Amino acid sequence: MSHKAFPREEYILKGHAACPGCGATLLLRHVLKALGPNTYLVIPACCTSVIAGPHPRSAFKVPVLHIAFAASAAAASGMVEALEKLGKPANVVVWAGDGGTVDIGLQALSGAAERGHNLIYICYDNEAYMNTGIQKSGSTPYKAWTTTTPTGNLSVKKDVPSIMVAHRVPYVATINPAYVNDLYYKLRKAAQIKGGLKYIHAFSPCPVGWRYDSSLTVKVARLAVETGVWVLYEVENGMFSLTGPSKALVDKSKRKPVAEYLRLQGRFSHLKEEDIAEIQRLVDEQWERIAEILREQEKG
Amino acid sequence: MSDGGKRILLTGNYAAAYAARDADPDVVSAYPITPQTPVIEKIADFIASGELNAKFVRVESEHSAMAALIGAASAGARTYTATSSQGLFYMYEVVWWAAGARLPIVMGIVTRALGPPWNIWSEHSDFYAIRDSGWNMFFASSAQEVYDLTLISYGVSENPDVLLPSAVGWDAFEVSHTYEPVHVLGREEASKILPPKGAWKPPLTPEDPSSLGNLAYPEEYAEVRRTLREASEKALGVFREVATRYSRITGRNYAGLYECYRCVDADALIIGMGSIIGEVYRAVDLLRERGERVGALKLWVYRPFPYEEVARRLENVKLVVTVARASVFGSLSPLGLDVASAITLGGLDVKLVDYAAGVGGVDVYAEDVVGMYEKAKASRSGGFWWVR
Repeated sequence: MSHKAFPREEYILKGHAACPGCGATLLLRHVLKALGPNTYLVIPACCTSVIAGPHPRSAFKVPVLHIAFAASAAAASGMVEALEKLGKPANVVVWAGDGGTVDIGLQALSGAAERGHNLIYICYDNEAYMNTGIQKSGSTPYKAWTTTTPTGNLSVKKDVPSIMVAHRVPYVATINPAYVNDLYYKLRKAAQIKGGLKYIHAFSPCPVGWRYDSSLTVKVARLAVETGVWVLYEVENGMFSLTGPSKALVDKSKRKPVAEYLRLQGRFSHLKEEDIAEIQRLVDEQWERIAEILREQEKG
Repeated sequence: MSDGGKRILLTGNYAAAYAARDADPDVVSAYPITPQTPVIEKIADFIASGELNAKFVRVESEHSAMAALIGAASAGARTYTATSSQGLFYMYEVVWWAAGARLPIVMGIVTRALGPPWNIWSEHSDFYAIRDSGWNMFFASSAQEVYDLTLISYGVSENPDVLLPSAVGWDAFEVSHTYEPVHVLGREEASKILPPKGAWKPPLTPEDPSSLGNLAYPEEYAEVRRTLREASEKALGVFREVATRYSRITGRNYAGLYECYRCVDADALIIGMGSIIGEVYRAVDLLRERGERVGALKLWVYRPFPYEEVARRLENVKLVVTVARASVFGSLSPLGLDVASAITLGGLDVKLVDYAAGVGGVDVYAEDVVGMYEKAKASRSGGFWWVR
């Protein structure tokens, strides 16, 4: 759809406390536009618990439950059941960072997924503990600098969307703030699917933690897709499909070199040529797995 | 309800489940732990048989059990859960969240010792551990009291002047698994005492969007916490009101905040909570036979602590012995500290001797309590660990 068709109503008000160029706030702005006002947010400890602004005010024009770090998916489970029992249907959305999702919140997320509560869980993945100042999380990419991996992270990013697919939830998708049409399509689809947890993993560039100029957020986000580092896809009832520009990128020649994405960001500025080659190899490997999944599905 | 208004044989745990049924909660969430499990099994049976129309969220941990109720209550649901020991400690973080968010959740705590070493028997250290969280805290010493205090809890928690969660404690096995005749009201009778469903305004609605628990700067934080303290102070008066209304229907009166046994002319008092009090009462009888003017005091209300009411009772007393079922190190027991505070705040000249007894489920007999009293009489103020 044309951007002119995006709802005009804003649910993030002026006076929020996000950093300039915050990818998470851009994402949430569109998530709320896509879902509309009958939406509850459940937010654990993360950047957004600060972005909302201090008591007694809030920059969010929807009801928000702020809750302890590990508790968001469980709190949303209870909220979904309560609203159903009280006959007040609404969208219940967990909006959690990567620390609160792939690390401390994973147990509660797994429980909520297994129980099949009708909620949307969105992880905005800025690839470190940004709220506390750029410490490594389970979602930090290989070789990335953080304050707790000063010479570069040596583990490989935890693949939570695949973990959620293994839970057989009805819908898993990825989104990216450079592709807002794709975001609207996926959020609205997620809201329509009943009878289970919908998991959405969002690419969430962070100028502060990734060390790039705050004017470059959308450029960094777009390059993540164009280089194939971030893959736009959805998995509906177990069926995997690429979406948006990622559809064309199984063909390696269509993908830009990862160096173009990495070189924009200070967190990768220490990388040697062989590091970049290794990251390119990991990205290529990821696409080989995707090609394999697509071939398997075609065979049926 | 077929068993409404009847006296039926129930364990303490089943009494809690019957009370939860009669309170008609919208959402129940719990994780199993010994010795709490029969509570949630019975509630599951009530839901399965259609006797209770509630959503049961079978969570993957106690942390999630409390979190689920926080989510449910913030949307306006009436809620119930129960836990014990390690389970309470696993949910500890969100126990504080529930109180800070001013949500009227009701929880049973089947008191049990904490590891290591592993121990499934009764001790109140788990119960005491949440005393500063902002929850109203009540303690039952029989299955009947479990039933009554659970129902009364809803009236206290959902009062608009209070809006704080309530915990009801009772001893592992001594009360949780022992059958006693219990007068059960049934839903219809219970509804005459309970606040009407939906009488309190849910904090979160899309019609009037607001945020619960967002960041607050120091002055605002302190102000919010001060209002919580005021609410907690009001809870004592509200408890009396609800308990008085409850007594009109049941004849059982908890409005005194504690039960006094042979204490009118007593110059020494033994204070305790929970099932141990039965042996304390027997010890009082034994001591009275010897001409000792001893009485006993069983507390039902632990938080907010009834300092004034306890102090008033101690005005003509020379010696107080507190018997707390808790592992304590480097301090008096939590109960001993509270009674010491009541003495100090009341400006009284009373000797206090505090015992940690019944730790990890060790049996405490009347003869033990007599021994405690004799040792207390001979010693200066202080704290002791009693093992038979």
